[in-house]
Amino acid sequence: MLTMPVPDGAVLSRRAEIVTALRRIVPGEGVIDSEEERRVYESDGLTAYRTLPMVVVLPETVDQVRRVMRYCSEHGIKLVPRGAGTSLSGGALPLADGVLLGMGKFKRILEIDIANRCAVVQPGVTNLAITHAVQDQGFYYAPDPSSQIACTIGGNVGENSGGVHCLKYGLTTNNVIGIEMITIDGEVVRLGGKHFDAAGYDLLGVMVGSEGLLGVVTEVTVRLLPKPPGARALLIGFPSVVGAGECVAAIIAAGIIPGGMEMMDKLAVQAAEAFVHAGYPLDAEALLIVELDGCEAEIDHLVAAVEDIAGQHGATSCRVSQNEAERLNFWAGRKAAFPAVGRLSPDYYCMDGTIPRRRLGDVLARMKQMEGQYKLRVANVFHAGDGNLHPLIMYDANQPGELERAEEFGNDILRLCVEVGGVLTGEHGVGVEKRDLMGTMFDDTDLEQQQRLKCAFDPDSLLNPGKVFPQLCRCAELGRVHVHAGQTRFPELPRF
Amino acid sequence: MTSFRPTSAAEVAEIVTWAAAERQPLEIVGGGSKCGLGRANRPEHRLEVAALSGILDYEPPELVLTAQAATPMRAIAAALDAERQMLAFEPPDWSALLGTSGSEPTLGGVVATNLAGPRRVRAGAARDHFLGFAAVNGRGEAWKAGGKVVKNVTGYDLCKLQAGAYGTLSVLTELSVRVLPRPEQECSVLLAGLEDEAAIRAMAAALNTPHEVSSVAHLPAAVAARVAGPAGAGGSLTVLRLEGPGPSVAYRAEALQAEALRQGRECHLLDHASSTAVWAAIGAVQPLLARTDSVVWRVCPTPASAASVLHAIQAARIGAEGFYDWGGGLLWVSLAPDQAGDDCGAAIVRGAVAAAGGHAMLLRAPDPARASVPVFQPEPASLRALAQRVKSGFDPVGILNPGRMQEGV
Ligand SMILES: Cc1cc2nc3c(=O)[nH]c(=O)nc-3n(C[C@H](O)[C@H](O)[C@H](O)COP(=O)(O)OP(=O)(O)OC[C@H]3O[C@@H](n4cnc5c(N)ncnc54)[C@H](O)[C@@H]3O)c2cc1C
Repeated sequence: MLTMPVPDGAVLSRRAEIVTALRRIVPGEGVIDSEEERRVYESDGLTAYRTLPMVVVLPETVDQVRRVMRYCSEHGIKLVPRGAGTSLSGGALPLADGVLLGMGKFKRILEIDIANRCAVVQPGVTNLAITHAVQDQGFYYAPDPSSQIACTIGGNVGENSGGVHCLKYGLTTNNVIGIEMITIDGEVVRLGGKHFDAAGYDLLGVMVGSEGLLGVVTEVTVRLLPKPPGARALLIGFPSVVGAGECVAAIIAAGIIPGGMEMMDKLAVQAAEAFVHAGYPLDAEALLIVELDGCEAEIDHLVAAVEDIAGQHGATSCRVSQNEAERLNFWAGRKAAFPAVGRLSPDYYCMDGTIPRRRLGDVLARMKQMEGQYKLRVANVFHAGDGNLHPLIMYDANQPGELERAEEFGNDILRLCVEVGGVLTGEHGVGVEKRDLMGTMFDDTDLEQQQRLKCAFDPDSLLNPGKVFPQLCRCAELGRVHVHAGQTRFPELPRF
Repeated sequence: MTSFRPTSAAEVAEIVTWAAAERQPLEIVGGGSKCGLGRANRPEHRLEVAALSGILDYEPPELVLTAQAATPMRAIAAALDAERQMLAFEPPDWSALLGTSGSEPTLGGVVATNLAGPRRVRAGAARDHFLGFAAVNGRGEAWKAGGKVVKNVTGYDLCKLQAGAYGTLSVLTELSVRVLPRPEQECSVLLAGLEDEAAIRAMAAALNTPHEVSSVAHLPAAVAARVAGPAGAGGSLTVLRLEGPGPSVAYRAEALQAEALRQGRECHLLDHASSTAVWAAIGAVQPLLARTDSVVWRVCPTPASAASVLHAIQAARIGAEGFYDWGGGLLWVSLAPDQAGDDCGAAIVRGAVAAAGGHAMLLRAPDPARASVPVFQPEPASLRALAQRVKSGFDPVGILNPGRMQEGV
């Protein structure tokens, strides 16, 4: 298990005083003090980690957020922003000596602007609620994490979340065009807006995916897209995962970027089928769901092309959805894959590495070996189009040592992803979970450069410390310039 | 003045280390095609990275290409073309606009200026396709961020920050970008004779259909004739572009034309070749190239307000011409040099865009003007202070393209 920074005793001893001060900013039930009620917030989607927050604050206005932040900043108190708490990497894990700032009350959709194809919403609005608010007008918000009923747009910005349609329609970062945020010292900053691009540095682009370390987002402007007129899904079975992977490469090489392209291995297929009865082929070693969207003419054309390619790559079965109900049924199994695997095992641990797709065969073979080594089983679901793997490691936390074994197994999988040219996380974020693995992907200089960015926003490291970086930020040291004039030789290089 | 010509990232690091120690500012130059962009205060020395050239890794089905920073765009386009792929953000060719036909645009330059062509409305800008990089910061340290896969959220997304930073944060030495299949077919539907306001509404309506219109531009009558190709009969032209598999493009073109006819509008269809040519011309700002001495502004207004922005500028009688791309999200304006005034029309242009939100960049103006007039839209004080802190985090002594974007940045 990872360790979090040691709580600051001086802050803890001032707890009562801090609670009183916060109550002056956020009246009534907006400040949660009792242990019982604080328990609700002790973990996020990474349930293996739990910490009781010092105090929970649930502000309702931007001004309250601003004042809470200024108070924390003036008194050196740490602060952890939280949306719906579905992060799978521990991004919203509280700190024992920190304020947990819940943004759940910011639930209003402020504006729907069809002429400019965008909506302005508060950060606590759920991902799906945005689509619900605009679908009558024929629009939707494209990124669709499987957690979309629950997760908030503020959390999506925090994690730069994806979904099954992001190969074609992009991640959160490609679909958010403006935010209002509050810096740790309580300044309100607006980045982007309804227009394209920024006048200066693209700080909006940096805020997306910053895991609550740079500021608190209080408003989000998202891009809306017209709903495609139609969509059809293909359910394609393969005798091997490698064959399915080659089929994916061939589809892309043929110039087709499907709306969604998901793969599941046999164990995941069986778990999903037992759970939702989607009609998945139980004999297949791998299942591919390919969704093609657009006008009928386009769908007809692409379905035929994909059927052809699948045939050439040894598909053992191929079904095309005949109506909307069947298409949704094809997806139901995939969307329920996590809970379905959860029924096979008391606990599971969801990984999120990305690999170059051409390495899929090697990576899966090595993962099989590791299953033997760690004596734990893995079910695999992938966002096949972009090589984003979600191995689900099954374990039983009640068996002594199993959680640790599952974590070590997970770490080995992620090291493997990096080794083959991939990355630690495709969409779930680093959080606490992958924090100590950052060194496998980045060297000290890389990480220091990242931290210097943090220092520009939050010089005292009060926002979500202990996340993302294996070492706490030491801004004074990082800011020092060591070189001095006259001591560095003129480069012995071609010059003109 | 010294020009350094490093041949490796290690040599870049050596030069920057020296420059940092001696507080000697460097101008970073790739192919030199964008030297006329940004504020015009030239640092003492040039760091010419042209030798850092060549594609390092490109496997088409992975949708990723990695190349050294100064790889010419021509080489990249050729490699992608051979595999029927493309950079979806369609970097436009501004050589005629900037008068730099002799120099080669490079991948690093395209990304550092965050270029985007007419497909911006659908496919985003360079920032949206920039996956990872190796660079040298202002301390002379070689470092990297991002990755070489299309999906990655490991650490801060520093690609976004580098894109559009005009080389003020780090010297890029190697870049990975996302590539996509090139559409099989393309055509454009032309609507003739719309007034600006009506055209803005028509463009929004087209983008709001489910027909996946991938580019939308409006050329007012005064400038439409300068785009070779479409039979404009002297009036304005509104251009809607469709791309994709053949049968899909045919179906959608039919649907858009039927809709136009239903509304009693005159419309024409441009075939693949003419459509490609028109969009290249629009990306290259050809409608405003009649004079080589005009002052050119690149304005990003809130799309629906674009016509009122242009009209406000024209009402100030400074000999303004303009046209709209990105459905109104991009407004190009040229001003007669003798009428634009000392500030190149900055007060008028920025005043016009302020009402509904957006920003304006002084894209082309004589060097002295680009030294005195803020080239990029001035930011509010809090944002400016933040940007300055970000800059010092990368370049503490301010030697990488200092002042190229703003004084102190
Ligand atoms: C069953 C399940 C399925 C999932 N499927 C997917 C999937 O398909 N794709 C995917 O990408 N993710 C998925 N996730 C992960 C998770 O849902 C996303 O990361 C989501 O964006 C988190 O949103 P949240 O509102 O729960 O944020 P939280 O978990 O509360 O917070 C996430 C991070 O954002 C920060 N944050 C939250 N709000 C703000 C704010 N207003 N300002 C600043 N920082 C803030 C937090 O500090 C934290 O670091 C899944 C999770 C579960 C449990």
